[in-house]
Amino acid sequence: MGERLLEVKDLKVGFTTEDGIVRAVDGVEFELDRGQVLGIVGESGSGKSVTAMTMLGLTRAHNTSFEGQVVYKGQDLLAMPERRLRDVRGNEIAMIFQDPMTSLNPVYRVGDQIVEAILTHEDVGKRTARQRTVELLRRVGIPNPSQRVDDYPHQFSGGMRQRAMIAMALSCNPDILIADEPTTALDVTIQAQIIELIDQLKDDFNSAVILITHDLGVVADVANEILVMYAGRVVERGPKRSIFYDPQHPYTWGLLGSIPRLDRPKGGRLASIRGMPPSLINLPHGCKFRPRCPHAFDRCIEEPDLRNRVEERRHLDRCWLSVDEKRDLREATIKGEEAAA
Amino acid sequence: MSGKGNAPLIEVKNLKKYFPIRKGVLQREVARVHAVDDVSFAVNEGETIGLVGESGCGKSTLGRCIVRLLEPTEGDVVFQGRSIGKLGARSLRPLRRQMQMVFQDPYASLNPRKRVGTIVSDPLRIHRIGDRKERKKQVEELLEAVGLSPEHYNRFPHEFSGGQRQRIGVARALALRPKLVVADEPVSALDVSIQAQMINLLEELQDEFSLTYVFIAHDLGVVRHVSDRIAVMYLGRIMELSPAEELYERPIMPYTEALLSAVPIPDPDLSDQRERIVLEGDVPSPINPPSGCRFHPRCRYATEICSQVDPPLADYGNGHLAACHHPLNVDKATLARVTVSAASPAETDETALPEEPGKEVSHPVTGS
Repeated sequence: MGERLLEVKDLKVGFTTEDGIVRAVDGVEFELDRGQVLGIVGESGSGKSVTAMTMLGLTRAHNTSFEGQVVYKGQDLLAMPERRLRDVRGNEIAMIFQDPMTSLNPVYRVGDQIVEAILTHEDVGKRTARQRTVELLRRVGIPNPSQRVDDYPHQFSGGMRQRAMIAMALSCNPDILIADEPTTALDVTIQAQIIELIDQLKDDFNSAVILITHDLGVVADVANEILVMYAGRVVERGPKRSIFYDPQHPYTWGLLGSIPRLDRPKGGRLASIRGMPPSLINLPHGCKFRPRCPHAFDRCIEEPDLRNRVEERRHLDRCWLSVDEKRDLREATIKGEEAAA
Repeated sequence: MSGKGNAPLIEVKNLKKYFPIRKGVLQREVARVHAVDDVSFAVNEGETIGLVGESGCGKSTLGRCIVRLLEPTEGDVVFQGRSIGKLGARSLRPLRRQMQMVFQDPYASLNPRKRVGTIVSDPLRIHRIGDRKERKKQVEELLEAVGLSPEHYNRFPHEFSGGQRQRIGVARALALRPKLVVADEPVSALDVSIQAQMINLLEELQDEFSLTYVFIAHDLGVVRHVSDRIAVMYLGRIMELSPAEELYERPIMPYTEALLSAVPIPDPDLSDQRERIVLEGDVPSPINPPSGCRFHPRCRYATEICSQVDPPLADYGNGHLAACHHPLNVDKATLARVTVSAASPAETDETALPEEPGKEVSHPVTGS
């Protein structure tokens, strides 16, 4: 792996509301190297998007509290004044959002929006910026880019808009590309196109990618490292193969079991996770997954730390069960046998 | 879930739904969106039929025509032997008890100003079933049947999570004890773990209430899990209709093959192994569908004939229908027996049955 680009240390984000403090992110830690694709997996409310937005200072508000550090090339982004952060945002760390329908401005031409991004960050002329825009649109696979550059967003299909967003994100050759559910709003055939594109452009532009998704299938394809989040915490993290073939946290098992698998014979009931994610204002004591976990025992009233428990040194998890117990229980849970018992 | 009865509960016959595009002061019709373009199939009692396809393929419009939320432009829907395609609102009302719908977005499909009890009991009230007390009892039973608690009767929708709201939507659909439920993307707005709960619930309720489902979804994994038979739609047409397992193991239509191969599999090794067929471009406009086979501009096997002749929906045996000039995974012997299906759209060229088998392809999911 290449040079270390990003280090997130014990990141905590809280939002003060009338009902209390929403602990959206609670002690998230990870590192990102050049050339790497980090997949952050979790359900709504797990804190995956807040983590990403906080890195770019997009959650700064009077009711937000932060702790920890987000170190990018030796500087803490959390402590950086807004003025300087603006040079980083979009220029060195760029982001693609979920909904390509709402992330482009409908009253400006697609090309002009990309040109604007280039002019904001770089000292080039309008003509050069436009030439680069056409070239970028070509690289993200927009047919006939020299004409389409003058189209308005409504003249683009959903997949093309997401391609345009990717072109905009790449316009300043960023070190890190954050893609927040980039394919959730798209059809599966278009999803396959976009994922392939992101993977290929990462190599072309020599960047690192943080891919946020709820779909384990998408990360199985392109990620090297995976972070599984639940209720604002990282519950498991490690190299992709280790996470898929030796998953250590019962929540990860639940996620794997909840997906109807096309590659396996059709089974009976799906292994669903019982109950609902907890409220982030009133988190359960101890392990946050305890109320929904089929294997919870006395010790879970105390919160386990995130550390390495298996042979693969980079694989960390947050569960009190012994590794042998987990390997015994796992298959049945993923197959949903507990649910039937 | 296996098809139990023999008589079809519902028959869709050459159904077309076009939406006019009007322009100018006189609101003259300048073009038509061919949302559903000559579709025929039958659903047996107790069966689950899955409708899959990309956005804009007409699967939701078809679902809405079946329960007559939309009036078909041409063609007919026959429910229990009775033609309902052209019925007026008044004659439809008693039939509404037999067919209900579950909608995609649990945030938009419940009235935020009504209490849960009212939402679920409204269908009973409208159809004048029972008195107030009996209705309350029935609603409480329904809430329990969908995994909520009777105490939720007096709460408002905003007090519930997405998954719970979808359960309320299901309870409302079941209030009148319908025979047919059209579920339009009932799980796609939910988180993965909640999605699995919902699918399990729908399967349990099917047994408990002897329901027939038309299950509309874009997620092929979910559709395979719940369906007995699956219809793959593209630009308003059914391209392939087959028993569920067979469709996944032996797709005939290249579009089905491509759809299956695009589904991400949560298994890194398998994911590396298999061949991904990435379809170029987007779905063409349903205002002017392509000539010949509608899929030909994106098809990797397309030849000259595909752009000229609209292939008929052919019957490959075992209830497996497909419309293609170059059918995949078919041997010569099967091909010799192929006949034009009665469900084939009228516009297609019935003399153009495939003559040569197309390629023998590897399993689109596992790559083996």
